[in-house]
Amino acid sequence: MLSSLTRLQRYYLYYTGIFLLFVVVLAALERAGMPARWVGYAFLVFTVSMYATIGVFSRTTDVSEYYVAGRRVPAFFNGMATGADWMSAASFMGLAGTLYLQGFQGLAYVIGWTGGFVLVALLLAPYLRRFGQYTIPDFLSARYGGNTIRLIAVFAAILASFVYVVAQIYGVGVITSRFVSLQFEVGVFVGLAGILVCSFLGGMRAVTWTQVAQYLILIVAYITPVAILSYNVTGVPVPQMVYGQVLSEVSKLEEGLFDSPTELEVRERYRERADQYAQKIMQLPHSLTQERERLSIQINELKSSDVQMREIVLLERQRRELPQDPAQARERWEKEMYEALERSKPPLRHAEAFPGDSEAERNAQRINFLALIFCLTIGTAALPHVLMRYYTTPTVAQARQSVFWSLLFIIILYVTAPAYAVFAKFEVLSNLAGIPIAKLPGWVAAWAKVGLVSIEDINGDGIMQFAELSLNPDVIVLATPEIAGMPYVVSGLVAAGALAAALSTADGLLLTITSALSHDVYYRIFRPQSSTQFRLVIAKSLLLVVAVLAATVAAQKPGTILSMVAWAFSIAGSAFFPALVLGIFWARATRAGAIAGMLVGLSLTVYYILRLEFGGYSWLGFADGPLNPWFHLQSTSAGVFGILAGFVTNIAVSLMTRPSPQAAEFLERIRRPGGREEGA
Amino acid sequence: MSAPSSYWRKTSRLTAWLLLLWVVLTFGVTWFARELNEYSFFGFPFGFYFAAQGILLCYLGIIVHYSRRMRDLDAEHESEIDPE
Repeated sequence: MLSSLTRLQRYYLYYTGIFLLFVVVLAALERAGMPARWVGYAFLVFTVSMYATIGVFSRTTDVSEYYVAGRRVPAFFNGMATGADWMSAASFMGLAGTLYLQGFQGLAYVIGWTGGFVLVALLLAPYLRRFGQYTIPDFLSARYGGNTIRLIAVFAAILASFVYVVAQIYGVGVITSRFVSLQFEVGVFVGLAGILVCSFLGGMRAVTWTQVAQYLILIVAYITPVAILSYNVTGVPVPQMVYGQVLSEVSKLEEGLFDSPTELEVRERYRERADQYAQKIMQLPHSLTQERERLSIQINELKSSDVQMREIVLLERQRRELPQDPAQARERWEKEMYEALERSKPPLRHAEAFPGDSEAERNAQRINFLALIFCLTIGTAALPHVLMRYYTTPTVAQARQSVFWSLLFIIILYVTAPAYAVFAKFEVLSNLAGIPIAKLPGWVAAWAKVGLVSIEDINGDGIMQFAELSLNPDVIVLATPEIAGMPYVVSGLVAAGALAAALSTADGLLLTITSALSHDVYYRIFRPQSSTQFRLVIAKSLLLVVAVLAATVAAQKPGTILSMVAWAFSIAGSAFFPALVLGIFWARATRAGAIAGMLVGLSLTVYYILRLEFGGYSWLGFADGPLNPWFHLQSTSAGVFGILAGFVTNIAVSLMTRPSPQAAEFLERIRRPGGREEGA
Repeated sequence: MSAPSSYWRKTSRLTAWLLLLWVVLTFGVTWFARELNEYSFFGFPFGFYFAAQGILLCYLGIIVHYSRRMRDLDAEHESEIDPE
């Protein structure tokens, strides 16, 4: 049995065995009294040093090894590496939480992020592999000719990848600060070191083999807690199969929330609060002065009486923290108002598709759902760091198979995420809602301290109603072990998995950025005569610079980072997808058409995001306030317009210009048979 | 431009059919998720089940079918491969 496996498969089997053994030993040590903090450290040190070992052993000074792992990665392992490359901190931590909060509507992410791989398999991977160069800009430049299109492609690849990599490094900071209590900024740079040991010396080759290792850890870490939870609740440790029953339990519990008198009271209180804020906003700037005066009078009254100093200090701080000017007050109060309004709504039914009070509202939900799927699929099929992986297989046939393996390994996580959400909701509804606040379990306080959980006893009855609990989506996966009362070693395992997800994606993205800069810009445009050794020196130094830059940005804790990840999909989709697909399937597509299509698609997407999210900032030239969304579409679906406009422009301009003769030659080359050839 | 080879014609026809199937599954069936939720499937409302698991298995099926058909097609046209 063991001897029928290849050498690589055997290595990774041993590796998985060692990892599982390590977990078991830690579990035993924890039972014998090892403190939780040490368990966290042990996981961090053990996993990162495993990755570092693989990274150092895979060091290389060969260009083809550095950019495409020597095109020797078998389909199975390329699938695994793509899985880790693809599944980021957002998939690992955010997806289950989003499903918890949004129920059915969150499934758009599951469908979109997997459906994209069908497009990769049918439309892109085999052709990229047959072309057989190094980067996506390489492909576009060979198909359409010229360096203009290469530069546009480089710009779009860097734009999409950089926001994405910042989000990953930020995720690493969150994990290390929660689980091994490092300071956030220190955690960011520890993460940076973890990323660099994998990619710096060995490029794509090292990244590939560490990604395989990281996939194994992240999938074990993702499934273990929910399998234990499933076993505790239903007696079957296969959550994906049995969560249907639990879902109907959840639905029953949810029905109880709709007309329970205390829940109704809490929601009514939130509605009142929203109304108060609405009034204050309407009476600006008068209401702000009034507020300040009211506090000043109170403070003076207190000062003349002899109450404790502490209360006066508290009020003075409140006064100091009042908004500086009406504009700031409007911004802050609107945020508070929407938050209160959100909490005043009756809860969603978890399994209900496209919920809404009227037919029109339901249709708007349906359209947003499908639009988000559209953007995510196209974006998935256009993200350069994923597409690049299909250059690394030995043959075209293996590239096709490897998409199958990628999707299979990704699906294992994505069919588990909805189960996670349902089990977590079941635990919260059956064990948490309705108990006295003084008796809440310890994890609630621990996560409230990090700011990811908040509880507010708005009706003052000392009991936590469901509407009074607010959970940050990222907390669901990380806190599930604690919610279900599992030993700390499971929490450590989950943290190691989340770390693996973030590191593996960051590696792939960094490599994309540096190869765009060193290969496409430096080698192809500036110094085609430079020696291969020097090219690698350039690539490695750029990797270092970009990594430090990304970590510096992440250390600033940019707030909107998770929505920025969704924007990366829209940006990549609208810039690359039309040009790539038309370039392969439509011989008439011309250089002018592709350039125009890429520019129009990219600018429209960026414009829509900026207008919707940053309208009202006069320095961007949008002083007249945010745009009204077109067709009720949110900015995360900005790509819908960009992608369609990209296709239309590309086709229209191509029909007006003449195709170049090189294009026909190129097409003949990538369209001919031969799955087994070794390629260029 | 030379006439498209029969290999390429077959490839594009296969691609077009599978793509159509993909569009129908992704955007057609999902459109009716609300109606499908009326039916129950292993304890799941069917619309929910399809979006959470069923459609993913269909995606895998599409890719497997494509990869098999293309392997056969490559074998049929092996004689046309010119050595590099």
